[in-house]
Amino acid sequence: MIKVDNLVKTFGPKRAVDGISFTVERGEVLGFLGPNGAGKSTTMRMVTGFIPPTAGRISVGGHDVVDQPIAAKRLIGYLPENAPAYADMTVLGFLSFAAEMRGLTGEARRKAVNRVVEMCFLESVVHQSVDTLSKGYRHRTCFAQSIIHDPPVLILDEPTDGLDPNQKHEVRTLIRRMGEKKAIVFSTHILEEVDAACTRAIIIDRGKIVANGTPEQLRSRSEQAGAVALRVAGIPAADVTAKLRELPTVRKSQVLAEAAGFATVRAYPNPDGRNGALQESLFELAVRQNWKLAELRTEEGRMDEVFRSITLPDTMPAANKTEESK
Amino acid sequence: MSNGETQVAQASGERGEHSMAFHNIKTIAKREISGYFASPVAYVFIVIFLLLTGFFTFMVGRFFDRGEASLAAFFLWHPWLYLFLVPSVGMRLWSEERRLGTIELLLTMPVSPWQAIVGKFLASWAFLALALVLTFPLVFTVNYLGDPDFGVILCGYIGSLFMAGAYLAVTCMTSALTRNQVVSFIISVVLCLFLILAGWPPVLEMLIKWADPGLVDTVAAFSVVTHFDSVQLGVLDSRDLIYFLSIMVFSLFTTGVIIRGHRAG
Repeated sequence: MIKVDNLVKTFGPKRAVDGISFTVERGEVLGFLGPNGAGKSTTMRMVTGFIPPTAGRISVGGHDVVDQPIAAKRLIGYLPENAPAYADMTVLGFLSFAAEMRGLTGEARRKAVNRVVEMCFLESVVHQSVDTLSKGYRHRTCFAQSIIHDPPVLILDEPTDGLDPNQKHEVRTLIRRMGEKKAIVFSTHILEEVDAACTRAIIIDRGKIVANGTPEQLRSRSEQAGAVALRVAGIPAADVTAKLRELPTVRKSQVLAEAAGFATVRAYPNPDGRNGALQESLFELAVRQNWKLAELRTEEGRMDEVFRSITLPDTMPAANKTEESK
Repeated sequence: MSNGETQVAQASGERGEHSMAFHNIKTIAKREISGYFASPVAYVFIVIFLLLTGFFTFMVGRFFDRGEASLAAFFLWHPWLYLFLVPSVGMRLWSEERRLGTIELLLTMPVSPWQAIVGKFLASWAFLALALVLTFPLVFTVNYLGDPDFGVILCGYIGSLFMAGAYLAVTCMTSALTRNQVVSFIISVVLCLFLILAGWPPVLEMLIKWADPGLVDTVAAFSVVTHFDSVQLGVLDSRDLIYFLSIMVFSLFTTGVIIRGHRAG
């Protein structure tokens, strides 16, 4: 549905978006990750036709956004950053306006408005003016506007920004549900959202795509992916790491905590320690040494660590510092 | 395909491109007008407009002392009255969209920028027309007092409306320049003041002392006063209307260029 090819946007000397390409098909939810100012919003503004690209092509549903903007825009629902809405209108008036702009009139308009009011839980504020709404309600009002014509393509710029945890959860559920039939792109800097709602994620930094894959693939790029945490009672942590170092499956180890008689240590796998071999060898070690094992757990990769190590190449990734403890 | 999509597809299929454009302009204009009446702005404006026209017509223009059954004393002040009132109506048109960020919503909907510009302009113009229509008691007054020439009065009203439109288009342009309404107001007052002064007798008299008569005529031809005076006297010359229309077209076209410039970054 969405096809972006080598997109570039320059603002003066700054290349805000520098050669981004991706495609999104129906049934996909693409998460856009990246630090502030990475070019997420600029990319979305170009895809929705708000700003023209400096170079590159964007097509939505087969229509080129630059050459056939109206046909492309008909297929898109868009929630801009900060969820703008006309302050002097009521929620009902605003949604009716949005419906009418999408070519819905009369009964069809009334139905569409009722549908989104229900979907976005706006019943209690429909007659309230937009400038008296709390941030959460205003956000949902603007979100309602973006889905009023049930578009096949949905572009959401930070859809959960400014919502409380319950509302965040509702919006994520809504996105995941709608993602079964639509092509959705949404940006966020909340990493857990990628797991909660995306089928695929792209990490953008300084206008370039630095990672692209399913949430699992991205997580497995983490240092911690496949590492094993081990909690032992009554033995100093230094003794534990000394023993761990002797194992062929362990590349390095790190003391996580040592308190109340318990030592918590994390072991990172060598190539031959992957796929459970590490955990097995650690268990055997514990049995041999007669350690009182309180916990033995293989860790999943952590999205925030992947994010940090990818988007901060100048500073040393946190994981590398653990080398010192070996 | 889900229900809503089918409806949208039908809606866009049944209507041609032209009626779609008309639908979009109408929807945008409707929203804009309801925006005026949702706040006290509209009522405050209309009351001030009527009070000021009354004051200038009767007190400053000495309506009763003239002893003639015409609205000359009424129309005489319109170029000056509009100088402040029209920018106050138009200053929010685009600056407010930019301040709120709703311009991003509006221009990512399936409308072309010119439809949005025309829709907003027509809404404000219709609002000014309403204010002008509400001065109808004056027509009854002259009709009661004497035997006025209704053709001249109608000409005056048409000329006044076109002049308001020209001022409004200039304001539309300045409001696209900035997200600050006050700045937009001040710039449009200055530009409109220039349009008045270019044909204001004291300025022309000053010019005539040293400038070529041809040049003086050219400068005067740029003024709303020159064109409004003849219309107001009952001469509905197409050249005068074309003058007002060309200010509108030029300013609205420039508005489009400015908006495109913002988006291009």
